[in-house]
Amino acid sequence: MSIDLPGLADPVAGAQTCFRAVLAAMATPGSVHPAGEGLSPPAPLGRAMAAVLLSLVDGDTTLALEGDCAAARDWLVFHCGAPVTDASADAAFVVAHTLPDLATLRTGSDEAPEDAATLLLEVTAFGAGQTLLLSGPGLKAPAEFQVAGLPADFAAAWARNHALFPRGVDIILCAGARLAALPRSLRIVEGAA
Amino acid sequence: MPETSPDPATGARQRWMAVLARASESQLRGCLAGLPPLPEFVVLRGPEAGLVMLRGRAGGAGQRFNIGEMTVTRCAVRTAGGQVGHAYVAGRDAAQAELAARLDAALQDQATHDVLQQAVITPLAAAQAAAREETRRKAAATRVQFFTMATMRSA
Repeated sequence: MSIDLPGLADPVAGAQTCFRAVLAAMATPGSVHPAGEGLSPPAPLGRAMAAVLLSLVDGDTTLALEGDCAAARDWLVFHCGAPVTDASADAAFVVAHTLPDLATLRTGSDEAPEDAATLLLEVTAFGAGQTLLLSGPGLKAPAEFQVAGLPADFAAAWARNHALFPRGVDIILCAGARLAALPRSLRIVEGAA
Repeated sequence: MPETSPDPATGARQRWMAVLARASESQLRGCLAGLPPLPEFVVLRGPEAGLVMLRGRAGGAGQRFNIGEMTVTRCAVRTAGGQVGHAYVAGRDAAQAELAARLDAALQDQATHDVLQQAVITPLAAAQAAAREETRRKAAATRVQFFTMATMRSA
């Protein structure tokens, strides 16, 4: 058992602050928000990633940990009480360090699009790396979004996910203690405006 | 008393956790007076109050049913030695839950186990057993034996 690290110092206020950051990030896709300041999560979870998990995941949401993220399993089970599943296709929240095939995750149904999975993806950095042009609800004009750590063919993979709308996966990108969100309603093309 | 695990280490821990959960904060502090201070610790979770659903069986053997919810305070701490202590206590006393969790962690440390077992657990367990016995004795004195035709015939 590796549960020997504390969770949020103030569970209620900490989770509310992080929830607010996720809400703002989803409302304005591509905007970057701080989250998880002061948190000391177990490797390989980043601070923002851990804060989002502590805020959104509980006993009613299944959780899948891809790759080396399984090392944080005990800590997450202790603090979130979430049922961890090995099958990413069944999970409401998927934690990963490399982009999985979005088509293999839960995309919901036309009657219940809210059943789709939310992917928590750790990236290298915001403000560097490849430039994506975002447009859609929440953005008055197309906005540039720079992120390092996504695969080169991300725009193509995202186009397939966006085509499923209202079904499809939402992504929360985390880099250290900062996060940004890519809701499924978003259109993404490569390159600057 | 509830049953404890057949595994001796787990069973022993269940017994001291049960004693700690039934002891008030002032009782615990009283037992700790004069002992070296408990190890430094960080709080992993809580102390936080919540509700636990209590289940019972009619007559002790019938179908399970939900009696109602009770308030429980839980706490988890880690000591400098690396032991993780847990406590679930009835009521809303956060200080009691934290102290019980710290004692649970210290009791898992071989260096401090024997001293604490002797100074805290043994006397508290005896006092709790005596209190139970007292209640049982008072209740037994008011017991009424019912005889029915059926039991008289079969006797």
